Amino acid sequence: MVYDALIGPFTEFEFMRRALAAVIALSLAGAPIGVFLMLRRMSLVGDAMAHAILPGAAVGFLLSGLNLFAMTAGGLIAGFAVAILAGVVARSTGLKEDASLATFYLASLALGVTIVSIKGTNIDLLHVLFGNILAMDDQTLLVVAFNATVTLLVLAVIYRPLVIESVDPLFLRTVSRAGGPAHLAFLALVVINLVNGFQALGTLLAVGLMILPAGIARFWSRDLTVMICIAVVAAAVSGYAGLVLSFQTRVPSGPAIILVATMIYIVSVLFGRVGGIVRQLFPGRHLEA
Amino acid sequence: MAAVHFHNVTLGYDRHPAVHHLNGEVAPGALVAVIGPNGAGKSTLLRGIVGILRPLDGSIHLGGLDSRDIAYLPQSADIDRSFPISVFDFVGTGLWRGTGLFGGIGKAAREKILRAIASVGLNGFENRPIGTLSGGQMQRVLFARVLLQDARLIVLDEPFNAIDSKTTTDLLALVKRWHSEGRTVLAALHDMEMVRTHFSETLVLARGPVAWGPTAEVLTPENLLVAMRMCEAFDDSAAACAADDARSRAA
Repeated sequence: MVYDALIGPFTEFEFMRRALAAVIALSLAGAPIGVFLMLRRMSLVGDAMAHAILPGAAVGFLLSGLNLFAMTAGGLIAGFAVAILAGVVARSTGLKEDASLATFYLASLALGVTIVSIKGTNIDLLHVLFGNILAMDDQTLLVVAFNATVTLLVLAVIYRPLVIESVDPLFLRTVSRAGGPAHLAFLALVVINLVNGFQALGTLLAVGLMILPAGIARFWSRDLTVMICIAVVAAAVSGYAGLVLSFQTRVPSGPAIILVATMIYIVSVLFGRVGGIVRQLFPGRHLEA
Repeated sequence: MAAVHFHNVTLGYDRHPAVHHLNGEVAPGALVAVIGPNGAGKSTLLRGIVGILRPLDGSIHLGGLDSRDIAYLPQSADIDRSFPISVFDFVGTGLWRGTGLFGGIGKAAREKILRAIASVGLNGFENRPIGTLSGGQMQRVLFARVLLQDARLIVLDEPFNAIDSKTTTDLLALVKRWHSEGRTVLAALHDMEMVRTHFSETLVLARGPVAWGPTAEVLTPENLLVAMRMCEAFDDSAAACAADDARSRAA
């Protein structure tokens, strides 16, 4: 009975196995990126970027229909363009990064919706907005896995400057010129993972599998490494449970995954070891020193 | 060969000078105090030296030092104290010059970091997140990082602000140790008594240089009075400086 509910769907159906593989790849790469987004107070920047990839994906869609390959390429181009333009504008003028990004992403979103509505049907629009992880073919799965691998490799390369730039940007500026490139590379990784999530969760929810696990991790650890591990596990668990939930109840898969993550998030907010609400209400007797 | 050579340096923001026509040089191994009222351009001058701010005019020569040979402790370091990083890791970033992007932290480096933490009196704090430190403890951590940077030129911007006397004494001892090791140290300071007793050379700054030389000769009531009278406000309608060269007048 339990086997049928929890494991059966994956042994029985190939599309479920593919979806599970995809969601685990997404978790491995996306969750660490999400942790950095959160620590750099860029959570909403991630959200904004998710909208920014829309026109690129829409152009891909316009040119070659529902071909995820073309849409991915278009999304990457649009996302990079917006991320780098916003980064460059913020670095070379006094404008803060959030303000400059807001401008670019609003323009992108407007452009994207315009392009989709020129050719697309409502179903196409739904697919673009919410994704469909159950419709993964082998080729798409390979793209997702490839992007995840690239993300982890690049993150390993820029890890040190990225951490120092997050804590003490002025210090990094005085000892090294790696700060700028590391920051841009990080923005690029954000885009890659948004496009990756876009296949599975759509443009509106892609950022969810990055930010929610990071938020969860914040409530359980004060150590960066541990935080990243917790985020990855939380994302993978949400992905698996979401797929099962979606299979059993016919809730669409993308929203199911994000809803499960939200449940874990709520539990963490309430009972988390680090700053959880219950902990704060009943902290126990104060210590001696 | 001077450690720092100012050649008619004007530093500022938006064409408004904050440091105006400064000439002079800092000898290698000198221990120089930079004093002046708020808004006198002390921080601006130090930012110019470490290369964060480019001169509007003139030039600063560092006698062949590159950015890795300079350790800079800003006045209000814009450090994200909520970031989950331990004292050990944070101080360890001072080894950047040796490790760069990929270099590992080996056994010798770990020893060095622990020694640096110990010499600022923070034994036992290695694993504490920086967010849990007090202001004085954080300043000790920053000094430990400067210590690890092993720089030939050390630039400290008001390092003893809002720091209690015990911590000040400890950190001042470090500054004097750097001096005795032959490093060049520049520090922006407000405590005249400290400058008089511990710093051999002083620059009194009030946008332009008021006086520069041996502390005993420079730190006179007359000079300080001149510095105090400095007008702080920018003049929005100020004309281009007549002493500037043709290029900046054109701009």
